[in-house]
Amino acid sequence: MHTTNESNQTPQVGAGQTSLLERLCNASAVSGDEHEVRQIVIQELQPYAQAIKIDSLGNVLVTREGRGTNRLRVMVAAHMDEAGFILTNDEDDGIYRFEVVGGMDVRFLLGKLVWVGRSHTPGVIGAKPVHLLTSEEKKKTITLDSLRIDLGPGNGNQSKIGERAVFATPFIHLGNSLRARALDNRLGVATLIELVKHPPDNIDLLAAFTVQEEVGTRGASIAGYSLNPDLAFVLDCTSAYDLPAWDDSENSQYNTQLGAGPAIHIAHKPSLSDPRLVRHLEQTAKVENIPYQIRQPGSVSTDTGTIHKQRSGIPSVTVSVPGRYLHSPASLCRLSDWQFTLALIHAALARLTPQVLATER
Amino acid sequence: MKQLIQKLVEIPGPSGYETQIRAAIRAEVQPLADEVYVDALGNLITRKGKLRSGQHNSGEGQRIMIAAHMDEIGLMVTHIDENGFARFTNLGGMRTRSLPGSRVRFVNGPIGVIGLERTIGTNDHPTMTQMFIDLGVTDRGSCPVRVGDVACFERQFLDMGNRLIAKAMDDRIGIYVLIETMRKINSTPHELYFVFTTQEEVGLRGAAPAAFSIDPDLGLAVDVTSTGDTPKDKKMETTLGKGPAIKIRDSKMLSDPRIVDWIVRTAEKSKLPHQFEILEGGTTDASAIQLTRAGIPSGCISIPCRYIHSPSEMVDLHDVQNAIELLTQLLSEKVILQ
Amino acid sequence: MNDLIPHLKALISVPGLSGYEAPVRTLIEEAWRPLTDEISTSRLGSLHALRRGTGPDPRPSLLLAAHMDAIGLIVTGLSGEFLHITEVGGVDARVLPGQLVTIHGRQELSGVIVQPPSHLLPPNNRQGPVLLENLLIDTGLDAEELARLVRPGDLVSFAQSPIELYGDMLVGHTLDDRAGVAALTYCLSALQGRQLDWDIWFVATSQEEENFAGAITSGYQLRPSLAIAIDVTFASAPGSPAHETFPMGKGPTLGWGPNIHPSLYLAFKNLAERLEISYKTQVIPRHSGTDAYALQIAAEGVPTMVIGIPLRYMHTPVEMISSKDVVRTGRLLAEFAASLELDFLETWSWDE
Repeated sequence: MHTTNESNQTPQVGAGQTSLLERLCNASAVSGDEHEVRQIVIQELQPYAQAIKIDSLGNVLVTREGRGTNRLRVMVAAHMDEAGFILTNDEDDGIYRFEVVGGMDVRFLLGKLVWVGRSHTPGVIGAKPVHLLTSEEKKKTITLDSLRIDLGPGNGNQSKIGERAVFATPFIHLGNSLRARALDNRLGVATLIELVKHPPDNIDLLAAFTVQEEVGTRGASIAGYSLNPDLAFVLDCTSAYDLPAWDDSENSQYNTQLGAGPAIHIAHKPSLSDPRLVRHLEQTAKVENIPYQIRQPGSVSTDTGTIHKQRSGIPSVTVSVPGRYLHSPASLCRLSDWQFTLALIHAALARLTPQVLATER
Repeated sequence: MKQLIQKLVEIPGPSGYETQIRAAIRAEVQPLADEVYVDALGNLITRKGKLRSGQHNSGEGQRIMIAAHMDEIGLMVTHIDENGFARFTNLGGMRTRSLPGSRVRFVNGPIGVIGLERTIGTNDHPTMTQMFIDLGVTDRGSCPVRVGDVACFERQFLDMGNRLIAKAMDDRIGIYVLIETMRKINSTPHELYFVFTTQEEVGLRGAAPAAFSIDPDLGLAVDVTSTGDTPKDKKMETTLGKGPAIKIRDSKMLSDPRIVDWIVRTAEKSKLPHQFEILEGGTTDASAIQLTRAGIPSGCISIPCRYIHSPSEMVDLHDVQNAIELLTQLLSEKVILQ
Repeated sequence: MNDLIPHLKALISVPGLSGYEAPVRTLIEEAWRPLTDEISTSRLGSLHALRRGTGPDPRPSLLLAAHMDAIGLIVTGLSGEFLHITEVGGVDARVLPGQLVTIHGRQELSGVIVQPPSHLLPPNNRQGPVLLENLLIDTGLDAEELARLVRPGDLVSFAQSPIELYGDMLVGHTLDDRAGVAALTYCLSALQGRQLDWDIWFVATSQEEENFAGAITSGYQLRPSLAIAIDVTFASAPGSPAHETFPMGKGPTLGWGPNIHPSLYLAFKNLAERLEISYKTQVIPRHSGTDAYALQIAAEGVPTMVIGIPLRYMHTPVEMISSKDVVRTGRLLAEFAASLELDFLETWSWDE
């Protein structure tokens, strides 16, 4: 086991962390085939953990025990998987029918380069030339049914049905922003890796790198059951819709905003965050002088959706890095939002005492 | 100055019927030019500066064509019914929305008002065939116009101080800019052709032959452009009062990037306000000039204008003055295209 | 020519939108200069390169035209951290959401085209593909920095880098019609050391995607005896109708219709058959949508021909082409140019 002083330092997002994020984003991990990201997680955490457990669905579970008595057992989860594609039929000569895995607006698919399989074989999702479109076709959203992944004639069946595919979008720094495919949720994964490397010693940190979040938060459900923590934090990336309205009227449905700091979730459709944990996060942010925002209540779930219902119930809350254009070829976030997210979650964990859960809900 | 603008906008001159406006312009420019003539399509062509030998790009000066169109949108009678109502079609981009209730003046004098068939509901969008001109007569025999007669909007010039409103600002304000520029230019190394073109509104039919015969090294048009600055307007950067707009593109032309750069540099050097124009519907004489012969590098200076092709087109006086200043600067000195 | 693919990859890795072809023109000029006798740029930005013939003056001349301009976008305005855009050339707005682009502002910026969520769109565009006027570009920069670096009129080009697929397939943007340019380069190499009776003009035209401005004016200036437009054509592909498309990797198409002189078609057909170069006949009932449309009516008129290179997913950033087809096209053109005898035009008849 690797024991250095750095374990007790406050982790920060610097060049090493962004380059890890880059590797994570360029890896492909469509729900059900999280292999590439899992390998990076294991490789990164090997020196820091006594045991790394891979459970029956492929979740990576790592425990780092703290010191002293009365330690809370705190689960922190981040999902490794992403929305993408799976080849379903081989139509010969390099043409494949495919399905979407996870939530994806089909309007993003036309005219994109994709990587197929673990070999990252390039292929394209083409489009009927604009010259041949009827005016009716121009007005309609194309159906998935009519799209194919094209690996080029003469591909010689290098790829097989069942292989996954993702958009082939490289990671890039843009000013104070980062742009990549699958920032949802490699940001969470990268943040959790930092926590495992530098765990606060007042708690037992139960890290869960989960699978199949995008197809129903399935990995988190069994991880929550088997870890059986006192409480859980979920690290995710949530949508920012902070774009201008067509008529320049005020945008009142932004969900979150880039540059406003980590987003604390209070309510989604399938779960309400534990108010004690929300209060704890807000107090931590105020004491530590960390900007934060409340994600607008509503909309889709995160891993807390299944974690909070495990066994006799697990108090849980999600903290997200806001990101634009999630589940599209290229998502975008602010570096500062990620930095503050890591700072907030680390500080919140370090300030956790059993007292937090003893207060009125 | 406003008097000349008023005079120019109030004269009727639908496409192909530019006689009256041409005469008025000719009277203004005759003393300002070294040569004035009218070509086969009715373009009024004026030269300022010394004649140069035929060679392109020789020496300091260039042969430059600057075009503004004299014609305006209008109507043409297609039928007189037995009760004396005149049915009509459009000359150029008339908008049906602007028509009902509008008054029109025929180039030969008569005035009428446009009415609408009563079968049209309040919220319907009538077509031109559902409209007619009422000339105040009761039968075909006494109708003062006949099939083929042409008319344009009848509307008084309105002076609001900095903002001016009139029919046919498109493109009489361009004509005004050319005339005043001719007046302001003291000396030029160039052979300048200020061309007052015909039939722009029906498809740039005057400018192309004029450009062919002049065979300039460079072409410029001065015309109006739309803005995006009224409530719930189309997304367009151009704004009234922010200076003349340098055309980057319109629906038929990509301005020559070297010309754009030349105009920008000149405006910056003279600290003249200016803005950019990317027009998604419509074009100007410059697009016809550009494709003449083996190609003529061309650009356009636009006067931002609201409510184009309505009876009340609005421009900003400062934009007009700055356009004159900019054009004067451009044409008084050596042209450097990079 | 062994380095066709690197040449073509280089051609599609530089910008050069319609009207702003300078970056690609420079590259083509470098490639063509050593292979031609005379090279210059027209007043509207087309590149004119001449392989001089040896026939007595005045010699007949053949013009080979491939357009070098690219479709793309142009900034129309700024809105905080976002850019509004419109098209240069015919862009299919449906392929834009999620595309990576380069903004050619005061410095080059990377951006992504984004579609706002439906509640931020005008009521008439909340379903179906988001219209171009409602799409935005996000550069990741803050509003102040963006306003310093970008202004209306700045160009935006597709940023998809070229990718070679298995076999001889190349994927990238602007293969329409840089593949045609590469075919001309191939033709020039193939003609090295060969004597020609005719003058052959190799023309990389400008502004084809907007209004054929390059072809209109180059045709007028050069007054060729014959002109051939080399452009891409629709390859059979998923989603494209079979009757309007041609197989990839099976040779160029020879156009037939009012935009093509029948004798030229026949000459190419016979030549292809003699050389055993596979081809398909493409019936073009009206406008060919190529430079030939402008060249045909330049000045006193020019007999024209259209040769197509099949290409998948035209006008998307992932156009796909078979480099074999490019080579075949270049070879066919070279053999045609070399076969031209001084009395070639006199052998024609309209009434065959």
